[in-house]
Amino acid sequence: MSLATQLPALQVAVPLLTAPLLVLLRGPGLAWAAACAASVMAFVIAISLTASVMTTGAISYAMGGWPGPYGIVLEIDALGTLVLLLVTGASTAALLSGRASLGLDIDAGRQHLFYAAWLIVLAGLSGIAITGDAFNVFVFMEISSLATYILIAAGPDRRALTATFKYLIMGTIGATFYLIGVGLVYMMTGTLNFADMESRIADVSDQRPILVAAGFISVGLALKAAVFPLHLWLPGAYTYAPHVVTAFLAACSTKVAIYVLLRFDFFLFQDNLVGHTMQFAVFLVPLAILGILVGSAVAMVESNLKRLLAFSSVAQIGYILLGASFANEAGLTAAVAHMFNHALAKGALFLAVAAIAMRVNGLRLQDIAGIGRRMPLTTAALAVAGASLVGVPGTAGFVSKWLLLQAAFAQGALGIAAVVVVIASSLAAVFYVWRIVECAYFGNAQAPGDAAAVVTEAPLPMLLGLWLVVIANVYFGLAPELPVSLAESAAADLLRHVP
Amino acid sequence: MSPADTILLALVLPLCGAVLIGLCGRWPNLRETITLLTATALAAVVWSLTPLIMDGGRPRLHITELFGGLEIAFSVEPLGMLFAALAATLWIVNSVYSIGYMRGNKEKHQTRFYICFAIAIAAALGVAFADNMLTLFLCYEILTLSTYPLVSHKGDAATVRSARVYLGILLGSSIGLLLPAIIWTYVATGTLTFTPGGIIDGFIDGPAVGLLLALYVFGVGKAAVMPMHRWLPAAMVAPTPVSALLHAVAVVKAGVFTVTKVIIYIFGVDELFAEPSGEWLLYAAAFTIIAASVIALRQQNLKRMLAYSTIGQLSYVILAAAVLTPLSEVGAAIHIVAHALGKITLFFAAGAIYTASKKTELHQLAGIGARMPWTMAAFTIAALSMIGVPPTGGFVSKWFILAGAFQTDNYVAIFTIILSTVLNAAYFLPIIFAAWFAKEAPGGKDHGEAPWPAVLALSITALGTLAFFFFNQPVLELESQLMARIE
Repeated sequence: MSLATQLPALQVAVPLLTAPLLVLLRGPGLAWAAACAASVMAFVIAISLTASVMTTGAISYAMGGWPGPYGIVLEIDALGTLVLLLVTGASTAALLSGRASLGLDIDAGRQHLFYAAWLIVLAGLSGIAITGDAFNVFVFMEISSLATYILIAAGPDRRALTATFKYLIMGTIGATFYLIGVGLVYMMTGTLNFADMESRIADVSDQRPILVAAGFISVGLALKAAVFPLHLWLPGAYTYAPHVVTAFLAACSTKVAIYVLLRFDFFLFQDNLVGHTMQFAVFLVPLAILGILVGSAVAMVESNLKRLLAFSSVAQIGYILLGASFANEAGLTAAVAHMFNHALAKGALFLAVAAIAMRVNGLRLQDIAGIGRRMPLTTAALAVAGASLVGVPGTAGFVSKWLLLQAAFAQGALGIAAVVVVIASSLAAVFYVWRIVECAYFGNAQAPGDAAAVVTEAPLPMLLGLWLVVIANVYFGLAPELPVSLAESAAADLLRHVP
Repeated sequence: MSPADTILLALVLPLCGAVLIGLCGRWPNLRETITLLTATALAAVVWSLTPLIMDGGRPRLHITELFGGLEIAFSVEPLGMLFAALAATLWIVNSVYSIGYMRGNKEKHQTRFYICFAIAIAAALGVAFADNMLTLFLCYEILTLSTYPLVSHKGDAATVRSARVYLGILLGSSIGLLLPAIIWTYVATGTLTFTPGGIIDGFIDGPAVGLLLALYVFGVGKAAVMPMHRWLPAAMVAPTPVSALLHAVAVVKAGVFTVTKVIIYIFGVDELFAEPSGEWLLYAAAFTIIAASVIALRQQNLKRMLAYSTIGQLSYVILAAAVLTPLSEVGAAIHIVAHALGKITLFFAAGAIYTASKKTELHQLAGIGARMPWTMAAFTIAALSMIGVPPTGGFVSKWFILAGAFQTDNYVAIFTIILSTVLNAAYFLPIIFAAWFAKEAPGGKDHGEAPWPAVLALSITALGTLAFFFFNQPVLELESQLMARIE
C-alpha cells in the first residue's frame, strides 16, 4: 500500500493531527509555520486528489479497511474535489499572507491556540467534502462550526462576541435540524452510508418521516449556507471576525453547506419524494431570487466595507442556488462553477480588505478614501477582484455568470425572469463595487494630517498572497477549463441519481 | 512572419509600449519617444496587413478556447482592417498632439495618461480584429475600463461625477443589454463567430429579431444612439487628446463599428432587410441625428457642441448601416474614416485654442482666426467636412449613404440627411464666420498659436480630410469587398 492510496484519509488527518501539536508549540511564529505547513500539505493533497479524480473518476476509500456500509467510507467525486480545492486553497492563501494581519488582531500569547482552531476548521470542512456518511457529515460540521466560533470570536472588536453568539445559536439550530433529519432517515432505512441510503430509501419513499427528514435537512443546511432569509448570522460574523478569517470563511464555509445540500437533494430526495423536484425548484427559486435582490440592494447602501461584501455574498449564494434550482446540467454546471469563481473573487476581496485594515482605522467607506494613492497595489487588486465579482469579461466571475445566464435563457419564461434578476443584480454589483473603487481612488481623506500620511503599502507576504488570488481570478477567466470541466462532471454526477 | 503573427504583434505591441512607458515614467522625453515609436511601429504592422486583406485574405489567430466552443480569437476582414488602420495611424498624430497639449497645459500624471492610452489602443484593435462576439465583448469592456482613468484624469469632484456617468452608462448598457443579447444569440444559434451573411437566419425570426437588434444597438452604448448618448458629453471633462482620439475615433467608432459588424455578420443584411421588426433602427438613428444636431445648436461650450455633433455623426453610420443596401454599408464604412479625420481635427483645434488662450466657450472665439490662423484654417476645413461640402472627406461618405438610400427610395434617410446637413451648417458656419471676420472682445489675453506639435498634428489631419476627398480609392476598394459579400 503506497502513500498515494491513503491520500483521502490524510486529507483530514493532516490538519486534524497537527492541531493538537500546535497547542504544544509556544511562540506565534512557530505555530504559524506549522499551521501553514499543514495547510499547504492539505492543499497539495487536494490537488493530487483532483488530478486523480479528473483522470480516473471518483475515489472510494474504506477507513481502516472496513468496507461500506459497515465501515466509514470516504467518497470523493468531482464536486467533492472542487470543494476540497476551495477549502484548502482558501486556508492556504489566507494563512500564508495573513500572518501580519492576524498578529495585529490576536494576542501573541494566544496565537498558537488560534492556529490550532484554524486547522480544526480546515479538517472539519475538508471532512464534510469527502465523507460518504451522513452522520460523519454532522460530526465534521460540528467540529468545524465549534472551531469557527472560536476564530470569529477572536475578532479585535468586542462586537465579535455577539456576532459569534448569534452564529452559534443559529448554527446549532441548523446542525440540530440536520441531525434530526438524518435520524429520521436512519430510522426508516437503517443506514447512514449515502450509497446504501440511496438504494434503500426507494422502498420507504412514500413514508411521512422521509418527507419530514427532507424538510429538516434542507432547512438545517440552508441555515448553514446562509440562504435568504436564514442569512442573518452571516453579515455580523463576516464583519467582526478577524479580517483574514473572513477571507477564509467567505471563500468556502457556506459553499460546503451548499455542497451537502446538493448531495442530499440530488442523491436521495429528488427521485424518491413525490413532487420533490417541483418542491425543490418552486421553493428554492423564490428564495434564491429574493436573496439576490435583497443582498444586492443592501450592499448598495451599506457603508461598512466588510458588511457590504457580506451582503454581496448573500446575493452570490442566491446565484448558486438559482443555477442549482434549474436542476439540469447547464444550471448545475453554472452553480458549481460559480461556487469556485465566487470563492476566488470574494477571497481576494476580503484579503484586500484585510490588507487595507492593517493600515487604516475603521472600514467604513470614508475611512478608505484616497487609499489608492498610498496603497496602489492593494487598491488595484481590490479593483480587479471587484471586476471579477461584477463579472467583467476576462475574469473568473464572467465565466460563471455567462454559464448561469445561458442556463437561464434555456428555461423559457421563468428563465427570462431569472435573467432579468441576475442582470439587475450585476448592475447593482457594478454600483457597489464602483462605490468602493471610486472612493479608494478619488475620495478625499477626511483628516489629511499625520494619520493619513503614515499609511503605506501592506507588507509583502500579504501583497503576494493577495495578488496570487487576483491573478487566479484572471487566469480562470481566460482559461476556465479546470473549474468548468469539474463543474460539468459534478453536474453529471448529481444528475445521474435523478431519473 | 505569418499573418496570424502579425495580428498578435499588433495586439501586443501597444501593451508592450504601455509597460515601457510605465518603466520610463521618470524621463518624460524618453517616455514620449517610446509612445511615438510604439505608435509608428503599430501603424506599420497594421498597414502591412492591408495588401493581404485587399486580395481577399482573411488571416485568423486563435488564442484560447474558453468553454462550449467559445473561443478568444481574432481575424481581419475589411471593416475591421479599416477601423484598425484608422486608429493606429491617428494614434501617431494624436501622440504628437498630446505631447504639445499635455506639456503646454502642465498636466499631472502624464505617465498614467500615456499608459492608459496605449492600453485603450490595444483594446480598440482587439475590437477591430475580433473574430467573434465574445472576443469583441471582452475587448469592448477593456476599452471602457482603460479609458476611465483618462476621462477622470483631472480627479476633482466635478470630473469624478462626469466620469461616473461615463462608466455607469457604458458598463451598465453593456452588462445590462449587450451581454444578454450575446448570450441569447449563443443559446439560439450555438455560435458567436462573425459570419458573412449572418448567423441568426433560421434560428430567430419575427419580432424577436427587432428585440434582439434593440438589445445590441442600445447595449453598445459606445455607439451613442439616443437615449444612450449621455456619456459622450460627460466624457468631455477629459484632456482634449482623449476627446480627440478616443471620443471622436477609437471609442465611439468601436461602438458604431460593433453595430455595423453585428448588422452585417450576426444578423446578415438580407435577413434584416426581409424582417420588418428591425425597421425601427432607421428611425432611432434618424431621431438621434436630428435631435443631437438641434442640441448642438444650443450649446455654448465648444467641446460639448463637438460632442453632440459626434453623437449625430455616429448615427449617420448607424443610419447608413440600417438602410441595408450594399452602397450604404460602404458609405457607413467610409463615414467612419471621414468623420474620424474631421472630428479629430476639430477636437485638436479646440484643444489648441484652450492651450493657447484658455478659451472654451463659443462666444469667446470672435476674431480668433487672426491670432491662430493655422488652427482656425484646419477647423474650417474640418467643419466643412462635417457639413459635407466638397472637396472634403465628409462629402464622399454622404454621397454613398445618399446613393444607397436612393437605391431603395428610403425617403426617411434622405430627408434626415438633408435636414441634418442644414442643421450642421447652422451650428458650424456662425463659428467660422465669427472667428475670421468678427472683432475680438477687448481685454483678452495676448496669444499666438498653440505649441508647434499641436499645430502640426491638426494640420496633418486637416490635410487628411482634404486628401480623403481625392484619394479614397483604396478605402473604396477595400470596402467594396463588403459589398461583394453582401450581394
